[in-house]
Amino acid sequence: MKVLNSESFELRASDDVVLVRQAARRQAVALGFGLVDQTKIVTASSELARNTVDYGGGGKALVEAVENERRTGVRLIFEDEGPGIEDIEQALTDGFTSGNGMGLGLGGAKRLCHEFEITSVPGQGTRVSILRWK
Amino acid sequence: MERIPILKMGDFLLVTIQVDMHDRLALGLQDDLTSQIVKHGAHGVLIDISTLEMVDSFIGRMLGSIAGMARLLDAHTVLVGMQPSVAITLVELGMSLQGIRTALDVEKGMAALRSAMAEAEGADESTEF
Repeated sequence: MKVLNSESFELRASDDVVLVRQAARRQAVALGFGLVDQTKIVTASSELARNTVDYGGGGKALVEAVENERRTGVRLIFEDEGPGIEDIEQALTDGFTSGNGMGLGLGGAKRLCHEFEITSVPGQGTRVSILRWK
Repeated sequence: MERIPILKMGDFLLVTIQVDMHDRLALGLQDDLTSQIVKHGAHGVLIDISTLEMVDSFIGRMLGSIAGMARLLDAHTVLVGMQPSVAITLVELGMSLQGIRTALDVEKGMAALRSAMAEAEGADESTEF
């Protein structure tokens, strides 16, 4: 997979979440995503960026336009060095939350994307990567 | 501090959300709106989200809480102008905003509020007899 364009963001506060979703929108628009596809990747970005700030204690995000032999897409990678997730299966279940949310963040973000990868080491941090193809 | 303006229109309050809200701004709206409902004795709240390009679970939850809080303060809430792409995404996200009355535009929203208020008054009268 080839990276066509990449923007990097520090995620510390809720204003940073807004910057990340605006970048996701920019990349999706630049690749010619339709409005529904733009909205899906932007919404998924917002959920994950908030998780990084609220549960990961802050971290960073990469917002990328990517391309393989057949198509283009928008990829986002979120990394934090927070407490990590003990049980990823459980964290992906709708309704599960360790905070005060409704627990739709992770599972919801996964449903809004074509590819979703999560790795987490308790005590070390979490990395989530999502991709939505055009 | 940055704020979302709340306009008073007769018995109603009108909120037009035009900015890409960060979470603190969304929470501020909750506080401002509940105080304004009490201050003006408003019986209806119209929230216009026609220019909002994204509603995620946080904003969705905030809208649901506003409707719930308003209800406790004797006001009905109608959410107007949601873009189709936002509706599609919200349902896929797992959030169908049940319990929030919606309308396609401000005019239809006002009509919905008036009929909700008329219904509530009708119910009051019938319990008096």
